[in-house]
Amino acid sequence: MAKIKGAIVVDTERCKGCNLCVVACPTDVIALNKLVNGKGFNPAFPENHGACIACMSCSLVCPDMCITVYRYKPQKETV
Amino acid sequence: MSENITPEEIIKKGTLVFEKTKLMTDAHLSYCPGCGHGVAHRITMEVLEEMGVGDQAIGIAPVGCSVLAYDFMNIDMQQAAHGRAPAVATGIKRLYPEKYVFTYQGDGDLAAIGTNETIHACNRGENIVIIFVNNGIYGMTGGQMAPTTLEGMVSSTSPYGRDLGMTGHPIKITEMLAMLPGVCYATRHAVHKPGLVRKTKKAIKKAFENQRDKKGTSIIEIVSNCNSGWKMTPVKSNEWLEENMLPVFPLGDIKG
Repeated sequence: MAKIKGAIVVDTERCKGCNLCVVACPTDVIALNKLVNGKGFNPAFPENHGACIACMSCSLVCPDMCITVYRYKPQKETV
Repeated sequence: MSENITPEEIIKKGTLVFEKTKLMTDAHLSYCPGCGHGVAHRITMEVLEEMGVGDQAIGIAPVGCSVLAYDFMNIDMQQAAHGRAPAVATGIKRLYPEKYVFTYQGDGDLAAIGTNETIHACNRGENIVIIFVNNGIYGMTGGQMAPTTLEGMVSSTSPYGRDLGMTGHPIKITEMLAMLPGVCYATRHAVHKPGLVRKTKKAIKKAFENQRDKKGTSIIEIVSNCNSGWKMTPVKSNEWLEENMLPVFPLGDIKG
């Protein structure tokens, strides 16, 4: 089945750990890291990365433009 | 097997669907975590980038939290005196009629000290876009009561809640401005959910197209949060916004 898969890259130093992307993600991909960044915030990271569907919800609500989203659509394979 | 592709491979092989627009600088935003200003900045710049007019746009920064907008927006910017952004925008637009001129203002700037300039710029039907971020409080100075503060809302200058008998009602400035014949488009949106962000972006695009077609003033109100002023977490403040702000400031097109 050609299922769309996604991946995100979080700019850890820009992130302020506001948690809005965690709430916005429909597949619970993102969580806040227990470690802190240079500013002292807990940045977001893709905890359950395999579930990402590249819906861009996280990047749309991110106020600090930390999240870059990639989408991959596998070619249909003949059985 | 394509089913077991790793995120690293997706980043390598996949298509880039979202990244920070080139019209925002790499400077880290000075706003509090979870503040709606960041999203409002970004979608404004994305619209200008999509229209391909980044080099023809001139923005007017207000006084308030977004006073440093010129550091973040990678276009020509001018900072105006408190509340005077529509007056400055009038001058710039009349001097450069082919440029895309917009003001970016908060509620303390547009609805309190700059009411006069805002109303008269709209009444003259100046060909500008006004982006008005309404968070119901003076955010930068420490959460004092603004004209848009809700009834009973606690702020540092209304510690027992806003009293309507003493300080009046929350001002619905977008509805007021929609009455003026010079205004071609007045609308209210929010940016706390992905779907609403998309709608707001469409509205901003329509406003800049109105400016290109010389239709008159377009005003876009963005109902936003101020989690540090409201003394809440970012997620909680968005819930509070939905429960309390949106009934008073309903979303949708008011004119145009």
